[in-house]
Amino acid sequence: MSTAHSRTAARLMISPAVLLLLGWMIVPLSMTIWFSLLRYNLLMPGMETFIGLDNYRYFLTDPAFFAAFKNTIILVLGVLAITTIGGILLALLLDQPIWGQGVVRILTIAPFFVMPTVSALVWKNMFMNPVNGLFAHLAKSLGLQPFDFLSHAPLFSIILMVSWMWLPFAALILLTALQSLDREQMEAAEMDGAGPFARFFHITLPHVSRAATVVILIETIFLLSVFAEILVTTNGGPGYASTNITYLIYAQSLLQFDVGGGAAGGIVAVVLANIVAIFLMRMIGKNLDA
Amino acid sequence: MARAVTNRRKFIATLLAWTVAMLLFFPILWTFLTSFKTEAEAIASPPSFLFFDWTFENYSTVQERSNYARHFWNSVVISVGSTLLGLLVAVPAAWAMAFVPGKRTKDVLMWMLSTKMLPPVGVLIPIYLLFKQFGLLDTRTGMVIVLMLINLPIIVWMLYTYFKEIPGEILEAARMDGASLRDEIIHVLTPMAVPGIASTLLLNVILAWNEAFWTLNLTAAKAAPLTAFIASYSSPEGLFYAKLSAASTMAIAPIMILGWFSQKQLVRGLTFGAVK
Repeated sequence: MSTAHSRTAARLMISPAVLLLLGWMIVPLSMTIWFSLLRYNLLMPGMETFIGLDNYRYFLTDPAFFAAFKNTIILVLGVLAITTIGGILLALLLDQPIWGQGVVRILTIAPFFVMPTVSALVWKNMFMNPVNGLFAHLAKSLGLQPFDFLSHAPLFSIILMVSWMWLPFAALILLTALQSLDREQMEAAEMDGAGPFARFFHITLPHVSRAATVVILIETIFLLSVFAEILVTTNGGPGYASTNITYLIYAQSLLQFDVGGGAAGGIVAVVLANIVAIFLMRMIGKNLDA
Repeated sequence: MARAVTNRRKFIATLLAWTVAMLLFFPILWTFLTSFKTEAEAIASPPSFLFFDWTFENYSTVQERSNYARHFWNSVVISVGSTLLGLLVAVPAAWAMAFVPGKRTKDVLMWMLSTKMLPPVGVLIPIYLLFKQFGLLDTRTGMVIVLMLINLPIIVWMLYTYFKEIPGEILEAARMDGASLRDEIIHVLTPMAVPGIASTLLLNVILAWNEAFWTLNLTAAKAAPLTAFIASYSSPEGLFYAKLSAASTMAIAPIMILGWFSQKQLVRGLTFGAVK
């Protein structure tokens, strides 16, 4: 089937997609690199001067960068921990024979389809608001002092909101993996006297490990770039308490108009994401049957 | 005896599963209910769950004050437009990779996946400035282009995993029967490829509908889809819980219904075919 003729045709069919993605990567990325070497502020157009690596020095020594770096790691790892562990437990539960399984599945997956700005505003106002939120009502009815989530635990609150969206995703994928588990193998293990924990760690967990790595890969891609949830709830504050790298660069470029500094930050973000990506792709490359 | 044990176990599992499911779903249910309250009832303490005066007023207020329908339409155009454009580019590519695989096909696919790892904030400034230069800021055309590009790798991957399942023997059989290449494509391949293309379309509309980095940064009053429109509720004036709820309900309802239909495809699409 693959004659020289069809190969040429195949190349022609693939090239638009490849060229578009190549352009999408190379053109803006080289512009970002170039801007990062300039003193370039949108409030002072025409005053751009070449300053070498100064933007990088400022960005990397800025205490805000360390805060944002730390917050990014806490946010990503926090959500990953909650959603993968919670996801496995939830998937195990949904895999049991239960009444109304279809409805339960539909209710469980629903949060994944809620757009980030809606979910963040609903959580911020209707649940976490210290005066009118449902949590405040609940605390008061129990005789407790309402807790101001977004001022006193901003990063934790954002982790909670983001996890709410990704837990159903993890559970759904892990459930799909669980359902392909060989029941006979499970029964054989049970006959041989393997307890529920032994069965979980020796049969179930290895079986879903591939799906779990995929969940971690996909979530990491999205979690490194959490933005809307921060923008509409805390604006990165108080101080830098809930600023992640994505939000920090956004603020520097589009709120302070410091294109040079923002671009340097952008390149730092790309390098960091690449380190994570190389690690993840190595872990996962074997798991994708291309 | 064994029967009783199984039933008891099923009962406990059911109770647990329903509790967890209701807890996860509760914020959505609460938003839905609040959208039918008056603003005073929406913040009443203790809150009433079902026994309030149901009103549809919030829905009409949201439409009157901010021309909600316009933002809704923006969301439709941007998500469907970017997906169709993406399919136009991706179908031939995925087709060629699935049916005429070369030595480097896998590398190309992995490279496409790796472009998803590029953090959007790394190219935010150039895209913003280029859009400004070409008058694409706050236009639906601009958003269709950007969302097409960011979802292209997922579209190609999804289609590829579907096309690869179409058995090559069928083509050979058709050829033996004297079918021309044209017949092959129209009568044999296309009917087998349509379900895969439809699922890809569905999933990508959902992804584009909820995308909230580029839509927030590149649109303002004119082309803002619902993600960006809802964000304007973050600096409210006066009482607004009921109106926020009404706007939110309308924003998430259509996509949730689509989503419920596409659960299976969702798993497959978002895991790049690794979990089916």
